[in-house]
Amino acid sequence: MANNEVQNQSLIEKLQLIDRRIIFVFIACAVVIPLLVGATMEEETTPIVQAFFDYVENLPEDSRVLLSFDYGPTTAPEIQPMADAIVRHCAERKCKLYMMAVWATGHNLTGETIVNVLNPEFPDYKYGEEYVNLGYKAGNQGLIRLLLVDFKRMYSTDAAGTAIDSIPMMENINNLKNFDLIVSFGGGFPGIKEWVLYAGDPGNVPVGGGCTAVSAPLLYPYYPNQLIGLLGGAKGAAEYENALITAYPQYENKRMAGMSLMVSQTVSHMVIIFFIIFGNVLYFLHRSKQKANGIEGGQS
Amino acid sequence: MKRTVPLAITFIVGTVLVLADFIPHKPFGNLGDDFSLYFDIIAVFAFLLGGGNLIRVHLTKINRKRPDWQFSIVTLVGFVVMLAAGIFKISNPEGIQGDVAAIGSLFNDLYMYIFTPLQASMFALLAFFVGSASYRAFRAKNIEATILLIAAFIILLGRTPFGLWLTEGLTGDLAFLQIPNLANWVMDVPNLAGQRAIMIGIALGVISMSLRVILGVERTYLGQDSD
Amino acid sequence: MKHSASSTFAFLFLFLIFTGVLFAQDEPIDSAMVDSVATAVEEMVPVNPPKPAQLDIVQDNPGDAGSSIHVSWILSPDDGAGDNDVTSYIIYRSESPTGPFEAVGSASRGLVEFEDATTTDGIEYYYYVETVAGDDSARSSISRPIKSSAQWFSTKDIDTFIIGLMISLSVIFFIFAAQKGKELYLRKIAGLEAVDEAIGRATEMGRPILFIPGILDMDDVQTVAGITILGRIAKTIANYDTKLNMPVSRSIVMTTARETVKQAYVAAGRPEGYSDDMVHYLTDEQFGYVAAVDGIMVREKPATCFYLGAFFAESLIMAETGNSIGAIQIAGTAMPAQLPFFVAACDYTLIGEELFAASAYLSGEPKQLGSLKGQDIGKMIAMAAILIGCGLFTVASITNSESLLSLANTFRSIFSAS
Repeated sequence: MANNEVQNQSLIEKLQLIDRRIIFVFIACAVVIPLLVGATMEEETTPIVQAFFDYVENLPEDSRVLLSFDYGPTTAPEIQPMADAIVRHCAERKCKLYMMAVWATGHNLTGETIVNVLNPEFPDYKYGEEYVNLGYKAGNQGLIRLLLVDFKRMYSTDAAGTAIDSIPMMENINNLKNFDLIVSFGGGFPGIKEWVLYAGDPGNVPVGGGCTAVSAPLLYPYYPNQLIGLLGGAKGAAEYENALITAYPQYENKRMAGMSLMVSQTVSHMVIIFFIIFGNVLYFLHRSKQKANGIEGGQS
Repeated sequence: MKRTVPLAITFIVGTVLVLADFIPHKPFGNLGDDFSLYFDIIAVFAFLLGGGNLIRVHLTKINRKRPDWQFSIVTLVGFVVMLAAGIFKISNPEGIQGDVAAIGSLFNDLYMYIFTPLQASMFALLAFFVGSASYRAFRAKNIEATILLIAAFIILLGRTPFGLWLTEGLTGDLAFLQIPNLANWVMDVPNLAGQRAIMIGIALGVISMSLRVILGVERTYLGQDSD
Repeated sequence: MKHSASSTFAFLFLFLIFTGVLFAQDEPIDSAMVDSVATAVEEMVPVNPPKPAQLDIVQDNPGDAGSSIHVSWILSPDDGAGDNDVTSYIIYRSESPTGPFEAVGSASRGLVEFEDATTTDGIEYYYYVETVAGDDSARSSISRPIKSSAQWFSTKDIDTFIIGLMISLSVIFFIFAAQKGKELYLRKIAGLEAVDEAIGRATEMGRPILFIPGILDMDDVQTVAGITILGRIAKTIANYDTKLNMPVSRSIVMTTARETVKQAYVAAGRPEGYSDDMVHYLTDEQFGYVAAVDGIMVREKPATCFYLGAFFAESLIMAETGNSIGAIQIAGTAMPAQLPFFVAACDYTLIGEELFAASAYLSGEPKQLGSLKGQDIGKMIAMAAILIGCGLFTVASITNSESLLSLANTFRSIFSAS
């Protein structure tokens, strides 16, 4: 009996100190298999995302929406789906899209949205009339401050070098206050917080944001007074896509990137929950065994 | 003199920059942005120091055949190739005057097909490390750890359909106990309160630390001991 | 203005012609001719002009560096109501009330203000707003003359200035008051109490100490905090003759850290123990840096790891790798998003303000400790403001009192940044 207990105890201790690579294998399977299988999952829209969606849905035709792509390749898997979804929605609302970046890496990702979403799905969207790519400008929050006062002083050309005054949709753009909505994608610096502090608040321009899941809690205080809505991580993207499909049924059969990621996220969350429960069960078993051993030791 | 001059510069510049934030009149209005710009320019030139140090360290390692010296060759080759691709705009379809990251250039290819996947791989490590850290750290050792554990469960489950499935029977007045609603409440109320408290503390800590530096009470960053 | 005058003239001209033709005719008027004249008149005269917006406030932009005038107006009744056909507003400016006026900007429908950032200080300007509805427009009255100028103090920041001044003065007061020798109570911070033990452990095991000062540059206050703590720790490391490895991601941080560590070794009486190779540069790039740091950890297996500064996504990668090699880890950062990762993976974590207090704490000097007391005064102000504000809003909500609600909003605006 005592030998079995010793063996069992060793097993418990071994499991408590399990090689982390085994955990990594489980996580890898949880993430990769759903992606390979192509599963998708709908997400019920939370109020903070619904508020964003409703705001865009109520924008009149020809509203001016400034989209700032402030992220890089590392966070693109999380943020690109929300950027695509919002651009899709704005195009459905026939808004004029002004794309820019305060991150150097954002410029390439703007191009991805244009090539993958805007051009194929909205062929009647003409460059210079319905959308424009202004490109990246250095300056961080200083740039945003200057754009609030004089937009064309900072952007004298678009990303391709075309003079800004020759672009029809730039005609009445003097500063950030001429926009009906500013949307910032990205959770780093500069990002949504800087757009709120240096543009939205002083200029009284509505600002919406899409950020990584880890940055979202820091931005919740700004909703609803300074942010019209916030998409946090892949879940936020999936929620927005769900709201888009509900309002625009033609997207029902379209494979949405955010929803595809949700299956992986869900399964990996369940794996993590399993390991937490497993770890605690082992912990309590170990503790009770130690207490039992302590009682036996006292008696002998 | 060696001690006094840096301290005097720190005091004068620090005080002026703090006050300049409240003075819009020229030249104070843009002083903060101007000094940030000066720092950025200095940092760019200082990069030569860092790059030089990197080359020296790895050349020394190769020279003296220290352990794993072969990997230093990889480091130096990567450094030189990327530098040359950018400076000389190798294979750049727009030529030497084109955009350094023009599509089709060697620089852009190295960035898109080597650097970006490597960057994404390192970032992806987080998913694995979150799993192993959760397994190891989330143990109900005491009351606080138990509360943390329960909150973690609620948030993790609330972000999945299982959370709703487990508690969808709770409707009407009890709907707030549905796990997704609880998860939103945890994020919106206690989490937010905690974040705000930490941010207030940080702001006060920054003020205190900055004043110590400006007044010369704290000097270790200058390589000097305090009085 | 020009448009309506010319249209009126054209209408009168055509009317006279038409009337003349009418009376001169021996025959009935050709209906096609009537139609074409009517069409021409229609095109020239605004048939349905919008109701004009009214100028509201035209003033020098307060609290700015000059060259800016704020123009605001009351929306046209046809904007969002009435005929609801307003498309935009155009703002005109002149240096004389009689013109010539030039357009200086525009605003979409629904907007009620515009900043003219192209003025020259000292020159008087006159403004009017033209309401545009398709091809038709109507203008407001002309404003009184207004000049732009720069201000020496931004009055909208007065609240921030006063609160900042109160906190700063309390910190300064306690820094100098502490010199009188009064003992101050400091709560124990576990991470800082463990520093000596952590360094001793590395010495006993004969393994190096790894110090990571974050990934931002010296212009970030967290990096400055990390370097000041390094100065304290380096002295202990020099005394114990333990090996220090400090990879950095910024060149200026490398230079500063070298100077700090060198002075620490000199102060400890062991200048020969210092080597420039202790502090070396890796790369500015975030994930390249953490990959290199992880490699150093796995190869050299430091016994103690310090992570003190600003971190982003790489925090958990470093902390978990440090955990896997069995190092004792002491972390400190003021990035709230990264704190949970450090708390989960490290042995000790300095949370937010504890990072900034650490240097003062480790020094033990009265002046430094006095600043911590001043910091506490700031916390008391914050706590009092939160309690009063929450109390006012709660009571106003319960009693539905307008006056209390107004008081609560005024109180909140004192602590609002904008």
